[in-house]
This record gives sequence, structure tokens and C-alpha cells, in this order.
Amino acid sequence: MQPARRRSVVDVALQGNAVEVDAVAARAKALNRLRVGDMIFRALTRTAAIGVLVILGGVIISLIDGSLPAFRAFGLNFLFEERWNPVTERFGALAPIYGTLVTSFIAMLIAVPIGLLIAVFLTELCPMWLRRPIGIAIELLAGIPSIIYGIWGLFVFAPFLQETLQPFLIATFGNIPVLSTLFAGPPYGIGMLTAGLILAIMVLPFVTSISRDVFEAVPPVLKEAAYGVGCTTWEVVRYVVVPYTRVGVIGGVMLGLGRALGETMAVTFVIGNAHKVSASLLAPGTTISATIANEFTEAVGDLYTSSLIALGLILFVITFIVLAIARYMLLRIERRIG
Amino acid sequence: MDSRLYAARRRRNGIMLGLSLAATLLGLGWLVVILVVLLWEGFSGLSLAVFTEMTPPPGADGGLLNPIIGSLILTVLAVLIGTPIGILAGTYMAEYGRYDRLSSVVRFINDILLSAPSIVVGLFIYEIMVAPLGHFSGLAGAVALAVIVIPVVVRTTEDMLILVPDQLREAAVSIGTPRAFVIAKVCYRAAKAGMITGVLLAIARISGETAPLLFTALNNQFWSTNLNAPMASLPVVIFQFALSPYQDWQKLAWTGALIITFTVLALSITARALSATRKPS
Repeated sequence: MQPARRRSVVDVALQGNAVEVDAVAARAKALNRLRVGDMIFRALTRTAAIGVLVILGGVIISLIDGSLPAFRAFGLNFLFEERWNPVTERFGALAPIYGTLVTSFIAMLIAVPIGLLIAVFLTELCPMWLRRPIGIAIELLAGIPSIIYGIWGLFVFAPFLQETLQPFLIATFGNIPVLSTLFAGPPYGIGMLTAGLILAIMVLPFVTSISRDVFEAVPPVLKEAAYGVGCTTWEVVRYVVVPYTRVGVIGGVMLGLGRALGETMAVTFVIGNAHKVSASLLAPGTTISATIANEFTEAVGDLYTSSLIALGLILFVITFIVLAIARYMLLRIERRIG
Repeated sequence: MDSRLYAARRRRNGIMLGLSLAATLLGLGWLVVILVVLLWEGFSGLSLAVFTEMTPPPGADGGLLNPIIGSLILTVLAVLIGTPIGILAGTYMAEYGRYDRLSSVVRFINDILLSAPSIVVGLFIYEIMVAPLGHFSGLAGAVALAVIVIPVVVRTTEDMLILVPDQLREAAVSIGTPRAFVIAKVCYRAAKAGMITGVLLAIARISGETAPLLFTALNNQFWSTNLNAPMASLPVVIFQFALSPYQDWQKLAWTGALIITFTVLALSITARALSATRKPS
């Protein structure tokens, strides 16, 4: 079918005005067919593009619809209530929200400085021939599915922390007033600190690759000028590269934060799933996504299910805001550089 | 000049650059550690039985045949559903409406969907497909994965089509080719490698996705290719087996993790090799 139609296109295009009447009619018909085909294709692509918006709209509407019973039953108290009791059907989202924020905060606290330093290494220090392989290796780290991090965290990382880092933290900070509450309790292995550390490993590649991309976009003239007046490599990074790319770096960090907030499987394995707000980072806790993953299929009763969907809505709203800010920041630096 | 100031600056430079080297070694170290542990734990359980036998009850021998087949079915279906929609949407944004308002809105929303939490996608599909029908199904799982495929494909399709030089389009249009033919015969051909890369990256992304399957496709202990019934998948079985107290289940979970990781790594390396010349962001 294709060759025949292609020939007709060429014929139509090459034939001049001096054609006979039925040829003209045939030409008009062929042209019309092509125009209709073109319109249909355009409409199809447009529908698909609108479809992307429909998906987002669908997500929002279905989450709101599903969470209505919970919000009707608990009101805004849902956000500030710690209790999570399936038996008495009293639900509050405070513990999961707290856990989500704390684990993500730990993750960013570790991943951002390390990620930036790796980006500095890749753009300023690394010999040319090594840049691509290391860059690819870091990006492969980003491609490893989160469940792999989860199983590794549960069987390898958590026991390792239980025997090394956690006793050390308890022993070191046990007598210092504020820090002793942060690192109180027995070393379970699993808990919020472990989840935060695993999230840090997961987020690291995102922060690294975006920071590297924006660092690379700094005009060489700026750096050369700084080197020319005698700056050290670090001073060039600190006073030229970072200020110039600040918006982009923040965008990359926010993107990583979006990932950390919504990450499910890696956290579910090691968080301990306890609906408790505890000051100690070593205590088991829960996050929004871990709660949903753990309890959704076992949830009986509309209110229980609805409360879990309400958690999903909260998570979606938080990540949407964070990701929107990230994209906005990255767009701004793209415009400035591009 | 003050030589102490010089020494201090040089020292600070040395420290910071040393730290950045250490950070890189640390980052790469994790990759090595994770892969070594996976190989160590996974390989010892790898045998022919893993690919030929069903998931066992606790304490018995068995393999991962039904979750492997389930994952394949779900992935293929998700790609079949998601890729055409993604390519069409990307085509609109790059070809028909490159500068219009709809495209910039879709671009922004798509970028957000690209990194939206996948568990929310699972909830969404549960609400529209599982709850109304009253039962979990493989089809719902495939649709959930398709929702994750679409943004990846949209993004790469658009990026790749924009890279196609306008002269090619103009040349085609100048001999009277309709727009749809220009796109299908010229632009798609020029951007083919990049678009295939996008699909491969999307497959890599969904082959390890667990969260959206937990309450859509659920899981199935038995052989089932019925799309209307719950369907086993490798990630969900790993999740279930790893958290179980049984030694042989945990062993199978490690083996499954090994299979997934190497599938994903192979896919992303292939994708990278395909687009070696141009890197989509």
C-alpha cells in the first residue's frame, strides 16, 4: 500500500496545470485525501498530547475522589493526628508525613554535598578519557530498580549498620543533650536513619548528573578569566561555577528531593512500618509510600482504604509542588545558558 | 605577597579537590558493592529450575517461571499501550505545535509525571480499573506500567524530533509532500535511533517497577496468562519473598533481583550505545 500511495504523491506534485479534466478531478480527489489524512494525523497527535494532561487530571481527580470519605470523617485533623488504628478506624497522617520528611531530609543532607563534589570532580578534575565511563557508571546507578536497593538494604546494609554505625552513634552521642534524643534507643538496624541512607544512595546519581550537566554549561571564558587572575581550582568552582549555576543546581536538588519523597520500595524494606512519631532517628517509623505499599491490599473497610488514598493525595501534592519548583528552576537556567 | 595566604589557599584547594575525589570513589564504590553482593547472593541460586519451575510454597523447591512470564506479558502490553500514545504526543509537541501553548503546558506536566511517585500511579489505576471492576487484574497492571512508559517516550520522542534538521522537512515539503508524510517518512526515519532508545529506557524503567503493581496486578502463586485475573510479576514476587521468613524464598528473591538488575543494565547499556553520539537530557 505504501509504494502506491507514495507514487501518487509524487505524480500529483509533478504534474503541472496542463492536464485533462478527469485528471484534474483525480488530482483534486488525491489532494483531498491527503489533506484529510494529514488532518486526521494531526488530530491524533493532538489528542495524544492532551491525553498526557488527561492522565494528570485523572490522577488528581481519582485521588481526591478516593480520599473524600477520609477527609469527611476526620477533617483537616487527618494531617495532624498521629494515631493510626485500623481496629477503631481512627486514622491520622502525622507519622507517615513526618517519616517521609525526615528520611528525605537525611537523604538530601548526605546526597547533595557528595553529589556536588562528584560533579566538581567530573567537570574540573577528571582526565578527559575517564569522564564518560564514570558518568555512565553513575547514571547506571540511577537505573537500578529501587527494589534492588530495598533487598540489599534489608539483608546487607541494615545488619551492617546495626553492628557498626548505630552502636557507635549511640555510644558517641549518648551523653550529649540534644543529640542523645536523636540517637536514642537500641540499634534495630532498620529505622529512619537506614531508610534515609538508602534514599541518599538512590538520589545521589540524580543530583550528580544534573549538577554535572549545568556545571558543564558554564562558559569557559568565565572560568578562564578566573584562572587568569590566579584563582585555584576550588576558588573557580566556589566563586564562579556555583554562583553561575545556582538556579540549575537547586533545580537538580529539588528533582532529587521529589524522587526521595515518593520512593517506595527501597524504604518499605527498611523503615520498620511503625506509625509513631519518635525523635530518635534509630527508631522504626513509616513513610507515606511505605504505608500505602504495606497496607493497601490488606485494608478492609472503606474508611481504611480511603485514608490510604488520602495519604497518596498528600504525597502527590507535596511531590507535585517540589517537582514543579524543580522544573521551573531548570527552565530558568536553560533559558539563561541556552 | 603573603606566602601564608598562598599556602592556605593551596591547602584549601587540595582538601576540597581531595574530597571530591573521595566522593567519586564513594559513589562508584556503592555501585560495585551492590553489584558484587547481588552476584554473590544471586548466582548461588541461579539454576535451570529458576526458569522452568513455578514459584514454590515455603520449604519446597521451585523457580520463578510464572513471575518471569508475568513480567514479560505486563511489560510487552505496557509498551504496546504506552509507546504509540507517547510517540504521537511527542510528535505533536515537536512537529505541529512546537511553539504553541498546549505544547509548553504538556511539556511541563510531562516532566512532572516523569518523576511522579509510581505508587500514586498504582492508586490511580486501582481507583479507575480495579475498584469499579471489583477484582485485581493483569490488565490493570499493564495499564499502570503504561502510564509510566508514556512520559519517558514523550520526552525522548520530542527531544529527538527537534534534533532533526529543518532542511530535511523543508526539502520534503517543497516537493509537495503532506505534513503527515513528512513526519512519517522523513522525521521518524531520521530520529529512529533516538526514539528506540527512549522505548528501551522506558522498558528498563518499568521492568523493575514494583509499587504500581502491588494493588493492580497483585500477585499469583500459579501459572496464569489470564489478563482478567491477578498476575505474578518478578518485582512483586521479590518483594513478597524477601520479606518472608523462609530461607529458600529469600534465596529466590535474590536470584530474581539478579535477573532484573542485569536485564535493566543490559537495556540501559544498549540504549546508551544506540544514542552514543547524542545524549538526551
